[in-house]
Amino acid sequence: MNDATFLGMPAFPAAAAGALRDSQLRGNLARATGTIRSRRAAAVSEQDDWEHLREAGRAVKERTLRHLDRYLLQLEEKVTAAGGTVHWARDAEEARRIVVGLVQDTGEREVVKVKSMVTQEIGLNDALADAGIDAYETDLAELIVQLGQDHPSHILVPAIHRNRAEIREIFLRSMGAYGTAAPADLNDDPRRLAEAARRHLREKFLRAKVAVSGVNFLVAETGTAVVVESEGNGRMCLTLPETLISVAGIEKVIPTWQDLEVFLQLLPRSSTGERMNPYTSTWTGTRADDGPRAFHLVLVDAGRTEALSDPVGRQVLNCIRCSACLNVCPVYERVGGHAYGSVYPGPIGAVLSPQLRGTASEVDRALPYASSLCGACYEVCPVKIDIPEVLVHLRARVVEDGRGRLVPKPERLAMAAARWVISRPARLTAAQRAGAVAARLVARRGRVGRLPGPLSRWTDTRDAPVPPAETFSAWWKRTRR
Amino acid sequence: MSPAPVRNPSPALPSPHGTMRIALFITCLNDTLFPATGRAVVTLLERLGHRVDFPPEQTCCGQMHFNTGYRRDCVPLVRRFAEAFAGYDAVLTPSGSCAAMVREHHGRVAEVSGDERLSAAVRDAPPVYELSEFLVDVLGVTDVGAYFPHRVTYHPTCHSLRMLGVGDRPLALLRAVRGIDLVELGGADQCCGFGGTFALKNADTSVAMCTDKVRHVLDTGAEVLCAGDNSCLMHIGGALSRLRTGVRVMHLAEILASTEKGPVHGAEEPSPASWRDTERTKTP
Repeated sequence: MNDATFLGMPAFPAAAAGALRDSQLRGNLARATGTIRSRRAAAVSEQDDWEHLREAGRAVKERTLRHLDRYLLQLEEKVTAAGGTVHWARDAEEARRIVVGLVQDTGEREVVKVKSMVTQEIGLNDALADAGIDAYETDLAELIVQLGQDHPSHILVPAIHRNRAEIREIFLRSMGAYGTAAPADLNDDPRRLAEAARRHLREKFLRAKVAVSGVNFLVAETGTAVVVESEGNGRMCLTLPETLISVAGIEKVIPTWQDLEVFLQLLPRSSTGERMNPYTSTWTGTRADDGPRAFHLVLVDAGRTEALSDPVGRQVLNCIRCSACLNVCPVYERVGGHAYGSVYPGPIGAVLSPQLRGTASEVDRALPYASSLCGACYEVCPVKIDIPEVLVHLRARVVEDGRGRLVPKPERLAMAAARWVISRPARLTAAQRAGAVAARLVARRGRVGRLPGPLSRWTDTRDAPVPPAETFSAWWKRTRR
Repeated sequence: MSPAPVRNPSPALPSPHGTMRIALFITCLNDTLFPATGRAVVTLLERLGHRVDFPPEQTCCGQMHFNTGYRRDCVPLVRRFAEAFAGYDAVLTPSGSCAAMVREHHGRVAEVSGDERLSAAVRDAPPVYELSEFLVDVLGVTDVGAYFPHRVTYHPTCHSLRMLGVGDRPLALLRAVRGIDLVELGGADQCCGFGGTFALKNADTSVAMCTDKVRHVLDTGAEVLCAGDNSCLMHIGGALSRLRTGVRVMHLAEILASTEKGPVHGAEEPSPASWRDTERTKTP
């Protein structure tokens, strides 16, 4: 189940340290997240009933997940009745096989894609390439990532780590190899960059016979798929080709159109800071006179049923991929998305990836610790996922998993020792005395500038306080009793 | 817009009149490294006419173990806390994150442990208040009669802000301090990067966050950075000290305890020099 892992990535602490050295990246991220953050804050502050909306969003998601089997079967029935075909994929491998097979059945050698997290998660583009099928991303930021042979670093803005000068270079270097080249005099004016992308993509839209999309929501009562986007590339992909293959995690289903109303308010304000997104496409099966002639819906589990069985962790399935948590996260803002080693970066990625993939790999075991637990993510989450709660819950799982080891890790020994010391006042007092003596031996001019072992990670950059001659409890004992 | 709901609002208020039995939960970190904060709390409460007790059996709220994933190690600490403070009307602590740990997680730790008696003990334990909540909500004061003639900026720590929802209570208390020049901190609601064991496990990221916080602090031109949690101040202060900025960090309690007579709180002898250097702030 390691499909969504960026192969060869080190675990978070080391990956983050590398990213932090890239001052261009830090500049790009600080500027971009700062802008989106204030736009979101403004858009949300207009809505008097925002807290009620959040609560409604959470409640709808939780109710749906409680009866997920029922809604999924209802969805399948309605999609089938409307002329679509539903496919069920237990894991990423099965999902890839289904989609590749569907494309091969059409006899086509290329597909256009609407930006989709789940196809990234299952590694679809590589599977298509292995089958000799070219997949073209049509979302502007996703195109930048694809042309730059790069990984996405943000859920909504996959190329957030790039600035316009870098984008110009990527366009000039790579566009020609895949279709219409960028004009030789391209500069870094955003309008010129968008125009180059538009020309490059237009050719593909008009030629493509097959499109692959994700979905934002699936309305069970009518079997309707919904895609929410900003650029119109989605509308092109969803309407022009003859065959449309949509891939969705099983948690994307919601019961009714009335429920959709809640999310169409929550999502744009949370993600782009807009009252409404420019393009909302909804389609139900196929029509004889318009749009794709064939519609396939591939429903992917890939760890979701497992996550659903976890009473604390299941709330991650509420996620509507708005990325508000990324934009407010002080950790994400500084290290960017790649350090999370997954297509799902930021706070939600730190809980979603280990929930979907388990905690067997070093990358996934490190993710729950990639947070200072400041709580900013929970505050903005439109479906009220208590991310800090799930982070700590997953940390406990990582610790419990390690309990059987023959040779305990130094951290476990340190934690056990700390517990032994602080569980009795007399032991604490003795340790305080010993610590004070030791610290004063290493102190210089009232500062501790260097500590041994793992504590050197503190003193490499921060002075440590010198313990005082008298603890508070000793002072109390001396003066008050 | 309706305000975000507070996760752990102040518990029901005990009567501020009559014989309220107040216990001080000093926290292991303050006891060991920052006793001046504890002395300041005692000085302040006594100045306001209240007696505060210090149950000697207390140690630690278990936050470090809980937040790092060592839940089993946390159980005896939760039990000790419940036993040490049983019978008091209110527990007062000069730490937002420790108050949040007790309020938000002790019940859950007890429940998961399967120990019914522990669950009952946690349920019956007295309400726990962070200092600014206690002063404003329980005692109903914002002007505590303090004097502190320095330029000060205030960092609202994440757990005070988001888990307890103390709001502007600390600022209201600081604004009422005579002589103070209180200046706003840019990016105040951004985490300083301490995060407990995060500061060691992800030291590079932690320091990157701290660097931006330090920049904002220096931008204010403040002499003193104030907060309601010494753990965050240890982190930011450690960087301010390493950079030789000359900016000192002080717990809210120490500023509120300061008067015209000076900022030395309840200490019969000067406490030793530390990089916090609170004793050097002799007011004119």
